[in-house]
Amino acid sequence: MLRLVPFLAILVLVGPVAAGLAGAALPAFGYLPALGGTAFSLDPFRAVFAAPGIWTSIGLSLGVGLTSTAIAFLAVVLFVAGWQATRVFTVLTQMLSPLLAMPHAAAAFGLAFLIAPSGWLVRLASPWATGIARPPDLLIVNDPLGLAIVAGLALKEIPFLFLMTLAALPQTDARRLTEVTASFGYGRTAGWIVAVLPRLYPQIRLPIFAVIAFASSVVDVALILGPTTPAPLAVRLVTWMNDPDLAMRFQASAGALVQLATTACALLIWIAGERFLGRLAGPHLASGRRHANDGPLRAASAGVMVLVVIAVALGIVVLAVWSFAGYWRFPDALPGATTLANWARQVPGIFGPLETTVVIGIAATVIALALSLGALENEKRRGRVAGSRALTLLYLPLIVPQIAFLFGLQVLFIAAGLDATGAALVLSHLVFVMPYVFLSLADPWRAFDERYATVAKGLGSSPTGIFWRVRLPMLIPAVLTAAAVGFAVSVGQYLPTLLIGAGRWPTVTTEAVALAAGGDRRVIGVYALLQMVLPFLGFAVATLVPLLLFSRRRGLAA
Amino acid sequence: MTERSASGLVLENVRISLKGRILVDLSLGVAPGRVATVMGPSGSGKSTLLAYVGGFLEPAFTAEGTVLLNGTDITRLAAHRRHVGILFQDDLLFPHLSVAGNLAFALPERVRGRAARRQRVEDALIEIGLEAHGERDPATLSGGQRARVALMRVLLSEPHALLLDEPFSKLDATLRAQIRDLVFAKARERELPVLLVTHDPADAEAAGNHVVSLSSP
Repeated sequence: MLRLVPFLAILVLVGPVAAGLAGAALPAFGYLPALGGTAFSLDPFRAVFAAPGIWTSIGLSLGVGLTSTAIAFLAVVLFVAGWQATRVFTVLTQMLSPLLAMPHAAAAFGLAFLIAPSGWLVRLASPWATGIARPPDLLIVNDPLGLAIVAGLALKEIPFLFLMTLAALPQTDARRLTEVTASFGYGRTAGWIVAVLPRLYPQIRLPIFAVIAFASSVVDVALILGPTTPAPLAVRLVTWMNDPDLAMRFQASAGALVQLATTACALLIWIAGERFLGRLAGPHLASGRRHANDGPLRAASAGVMVLVVIAVALGIVVLAVWSFAGYWRFPDALPGATTLANWARQVPGIFGPLETTVVIGIAATVIALALSLGALENEKRRGRVAGSRALTLLYLPLIVPQIAFLFGLQVLFIAAGLDATGAALVLSHLVFVMPYVFLSLADPWRAFDERYATVAKGLGSSPTGIFWRVRLPMLIPAVLTAAAVGFAVSVGQYLPTLLIGAGRWPTVTTEAVALAAGGDRRVIGVYALLQMVLPFLGFAVATLVPLLLFSRRRGLAA
Repeated sequence: MTERSASGLVLENVRISLKGRILVDLSLGVAPGRVATVMGPSGSGKSTLLAYVGGFLEPAFTAEGTVLLNGTDITRLAAHRRHVGILFQDDLLFPHLSVAGNLAFALPERVRGRAARRQRVEDALIEIGLEAHGERDPATLSGGQRARVALMRVLLSEPHALLLDEPFSKLDATLRAQIRDLVFAKARERELPVLLVTHDPADAEAAGNHVVSLSSP
């Protein structure tokens, strides 16, 4: 039984992606008998490229994906390089970590409420500093260049890449390496980049690719912050997919493949950049320049991190304020009246989406946990660790753009009569929950002191007994954290819920994003806040339960 | 030097290698209640030998040879069916269980009934001078107390042999002699053959100088 679990896990990761891509590829070339497409043709692609402004859309997807990732990468590298093993580093680590739990949509709404012309920042500065009494007529949110969406994505990518870097750091011997470079007279930042980054980079490369893929194909954040005329490619695809004219399915499928190519293109550009910088680095290293005066650079890198924390925190506050706001005149800094009416109005309709969000999230998380635990336990018993090739599979659903295979998967589910069923929806969430659950569980599980199991064997415990009575209880904190991560990922899912759920399974997230176009900040505040609270509740449970369970077990307190 | 007998622990032509390099090649007999000490530099395969006897050798090693325990061939048995207890240099008390919970974990299923099991645990605690410590968190015990609990835990599982992997090396000097004497006394009392791996010549001396030396790698 246990031997089958790794295959099952791989099937969950690879199956939907492969099936989904196939399900998009056939209609993309005109073949979908159910809709009368029986001959292969390139017409769907012609239709895609005939769409007005399509190249602008593709360019936006590329540009947004690469720019936001580059900004996040640069911010993280400069900060870790300049501040590793300092008190500032410890403090900011504690402040950045929780940001990971924040759903993308909620973070985007928070940012939009801050930076919009009638947003909080302008209000806080008006009229005493700006002298204005009416919102300036500027397109800040949804700007055609995509600056707002780049900022919104970077807000989420920085904490993600930062935590991935933190996880990889212990294996690089960073501390001693930087002590050596410091003794040669290199500045902190330069020494770290010279000595540690080359070792660290291979380990954060897949997460970076995942970020590029996500940012170049994101839908929910683009709907909230992105340009509209035209929108990035992925947003236009969703419109085509939901078009009442079923013939548009062919064009949408071709578009899905164009999205796949666009993301692949973004990845290739990044890889070319890696090569280029790598070649540039050689002569520079040999030059022996020490860059000892990196004070301003270090200050700037810490400043960026503080800005990220402040922006997200203020975003949360402003969402909360709007959700309780009564009459709020521009440019008042705070609403003239607070009220529970916004919440009261939403309550009757909110329970359905809330329940769906929680049930789907728990179901996907429990399955992902069971598969991950089974695969890891199997690995322990066989005495081998899955190689880097298996790790690539884990990242597959994160590197293939969601929209490229979800639409094809939807087509297949419709053909199988499974569309819009709860099971299909859970499966589509599982594809994205599984990698995160496995990744966050694998390190602590593999780091477990195997001598405990050896002792237990000597005491007569069977492998199954050891799993349930020794390994699992001792690793409960790690299991719960992984569960909280998985739940947060599920809560944040927009596209799978929209496409596979066919609109019949509204969640807090799909409802919140659907409200973006309407612009009623009070209602958005309510939904975005709820969307944010759910993952944080998950992490609270994951923190509190071990404290209660092991309140008298100091050996597990660490 | 092999003592052929039906009782005790007997290793016959045990040969363990890693990637074609032979680490261990020996035959050895340990009578009940006696201690055989395996010494040798780091990397000479001392712990590997214990792993082979205990049944938890990593798959990367190749090994042959027979392990007989009281006349029974246990070479192919799963670790948990061998009745071979092990003590490491760390006590490895399960941190999620109380002291009594750790001891009850080891008690054979044969001992039935809540009251009977609790009684056996109580008796065991008295035997090591830790009565009334049953509900304690193992993390709150002193080093010596923890070592005693670890010893009692392995004894409660009713092993037929004991493997000791440098079990005294982390204890301070006074405690080391005390715990060592306790372990050897209990093993003698229960007539257990003991295989001890150590760096410390004093351990070997206290164990009766039945020393097997492994060569450097």
